[in-house]
Amino acid sequence: MSTLSPPPKRIWWNEPIERVELIWIALVLIWGLIMTFMMPYWHVVGKQNLSNEAYRTTPEVYMAKAQAVVDKYTIRTETDRQYPVVKPPVGSDIYLVARLWEWWPIFELEVNKSYRLHLSSMDWQHGFSLQPANINIQVLPGYELVVTVTPNKSGEYSIICNEFCGIGHHTMVGKIYVK
Amino acid sequence: MTTNTDFRTCPDTGLLFHKPAETLMKLNAVAAVVFLLVGGIMGLGVGLTRWPAVHLLPADLFYLVLTSHGINVLIFWIIFFEVAVLYFCSSTLLRCRLATPRWAWLGFFLMIIGAITNNVSVLQGQSSVMMTSYVPMAAEPGFYLGLILFAVGALIAVFVFFGTLVVAREERTYEGSVPLVTFGAIVAAIIAVFTIASGAIILIPTLLWKLGYIASIDPAMYRIIWWAFGHSSQQINVAAQVAVWYAIATVVFGAKPLSEKVSRGAFLLYILFLQLASAHHILVDPGVSSEWKIFNTSYAMYLAVMASMIHGLTVPGSIEAAQRKRGFDKGLFEWLRKAPWGNPTFSAMFLSLIIFGFLGGISGVVMGVEQINLIIHNTIYVPGHFHATVATGTTLAFMALTYWLVPVLFRREMIFKNVAKWQPYIFGIGMSGVSLFMMGAGTLGVPRRHWDMAMSGAAMPYDFPATAYTLMGLAGMSVVVAVIGGALFCLLIVGSLLFGKKLGNQKYHEPLIAEPITDYEGIGMGKIAIPGTFALAMVFLLSFVLYYFVNWKYLASTWGLS
Ligand code: HEM
Ligand SMILES: [Cu+2]
Ligand SMILES: [Cu+2]
Repeated sequence: MSTLSPPPKRIWWNEPIERVELIWIALVLIWGLIMTFMMPYWHVVGKQNLSNEAYRTTPEVYMAKAQAVVDKYTIRTETDRQYPVVKPPVGSDIYLVARLWEWWPIFELEVNKSYRLHLSSMDWQHGFSLQPANINIQVLPGYELVVTVTPNKSGEYSIICNEFCGIGHHTMVGKIYVK
Repeated sequence: MTTNTDFRTCPDTGLLFHKPAETLMKLNAVAAVVFLLVGGIMGLGVGLTRWPAVHLLPADLFYLVLTSHGINVLIFWIIFFEVAVLYFCSSTLLRCRLATPRWAWLGFFLMIIGAITNNVSVLQGQSSVMMTSYVPMAAEPGFYLGLILFAVGALIAVFVFFGTLVVAREERTYEGSVPLVTFGAIVAAIIAVFTIASGAIILIPTLLWKLGYIASIDPAMYRIIWWAFGHSSQQINVAAQVAVWYAIATVVFGAKPLSEKVSRGAFLLYILFLQLASAHHILVDPGVSSEWKIFNTSYAMYLAVMASMIHGLTVPGSIEAAQRKRGFDKGLFEWLRKAPWGNPTFSAMFLSLIIFGFLGGISGVVMGVEQINLIIHNTIYVPGHFHATVATGTTLAFMALTYWLVPVLFRREMIFKNVAKWQPYIFGIGMSGVSLFMMGAGTLGVPRRHWDMAMSGAAMPYDFPATAYTLMGLAGMSVVVAVIGGALFCLLIVGSLLFGKKLGNQKYHEPLIAEPITDYEGIGMGKIAIPGTFALAMVFLLSFVLYYFVNWKYLASTWGLS
């Protein structure tokens, strides 16, 4: 009964280690170091890193900034809910509003150009999930995340919500055009 | 004080059971199985709704059932069982009386009352907030209260465990160091204290907030502390599950660890390096810096991952060594081919090991990479991952132990042994399907906790590719297989406890524990004692490396983010 009873040798910590165990520990340690290295490495050479720029905010302040951009750059509206389609200048700050149960407004962006996308929620937690690019970011009320996005393919993208936000969660879908 | 009549010696295994401890182990184990049954039925509802062609439940019921599923299986099934394991590893393995059985009873009742309170609250329909109950979405007070009572009960059980260790040491019921399995249980218990404390720190204020005594709770802070609780509790599970693996290697094969030092050292790494691993649940959260995320995932995680990878070698390694010593020493894999695949204690344990490592372990580390998390966070890949780790790995390990406890602890013969023989395979294969297909759908962006991937009623729904629907359909079919496997387990165990032949003090007709092997001299090939396990380990490492870099490649193909 050896894993179920005390070690037969009282001084078990001086017993030799199996050779295979040592080889394995060495391999695993090296692999762990490689994996540890990869994350900072990607910050230097990789193109996909979540920004650390975040601010505390309130729904009112955030909404006012979003509204200002919408007022200035709306080019048309879509669907019978009259979603504004906003075509902001390249490189500008754009504000996506997450609220029960919509992503507002719709953006029209240029391919291979960068924009400073702001994300915040007006109510509960939501999940920004851009499809089919499959980029997923947590959106919290009271926090404003600023991430610089550079669309690399033109097309029609959907933003679905992937943080449970109540009964209408599955209807919370927005849109981004990349031209 | 204690007298000899308080103890029973198992005629088959020689284990010494303290009767009050025995009763509590039985009650906790039975409670565990009952909650597994409840949670499993809920899981069927969830799975059949996520199968697009079936789409069984309406939205409100789906979220209710999903909340209930998560809590009943992840918290109640697992922790009730772990309490039984803790009492076994202290009182039984150290041949000692259980410290303060009265407190243990109190803990048990609190856990039962808590579990029922929480379940009632969820079933009333106003608490469909998922097990994570992220603020500012609020559940009814009973939801939090139930969890808090349950946690207090569990904490009492953990302290009864520690108390028993102290008593055993003072009354000198064992010689030298504690057994390896008890050592694993101690590690699990220490992490449990940290975990439950984090749970209390976050759930008590949340309850007060719901009752109106606190104005607001910061959602970012909530997530960090909630996951210090939610993630560390998975560490308890891993430590407990590995301890069970080691126990079964001894029970079935008479195996001893290759070296005590390595196995114990690996257990220690769990304590040293896991506490901060809640970081990998908030990798794409605002307000937390990259430095913090990288430090806490790599420092805290890779050394813990290393611990699991060491156990992943030493557990099958000790089985291989024991088998070779028994004469199955030919080639790479004779030891494995000649293993008792018809014994559910062994098959469930081995499936647990393989599925936990290959499906759960690799996927977990990959999605825990700061940047790769961007393409995985909150997709159904995540439940795919943890159905391989906890829902299959831990659950199968506990099932394996239960098959052995039925004759040893409950002194009953298993009913329908021919069905029991197949049960681990049905559950294991079904759950592997659930895991793999959900992971596959997740890579296509299908969200978790989502009632309708067709997004009916949305102003501008997104059209998932047909492959995503196919994968969710396959996941749904696997759900049915897994639920059949899970239900068979619950029915077989409950059935055996009620109707199995009573064994009393008669010796069972087959051995319930293998003859111990005392040395591993002269086995293996060349200088390697366990070549088969080493080969498997290399296959594992290779798959790991490949899959890891494939995901970096996927990541590199998406939008630029900075
Ligand atoms: C009986 C077989 C089981 C089946 C068929 C099953 C199926 C599922 C499915 C389909 C989901 C939903 C994924 C989603 O929509 O987000 C889910 C969620 C979950 N399952 Fe299971 N599961 C089973 C057993 C288990 C076990 C044994 C555990 C833990 C020990 C477990 C833990 C969880 C958890 C924690 C969640 C997440 C709940 C949440 O998102 O809040 N499941 N399960
Ligand atoms: Cu939402
Ligand atoms: Cu949502």
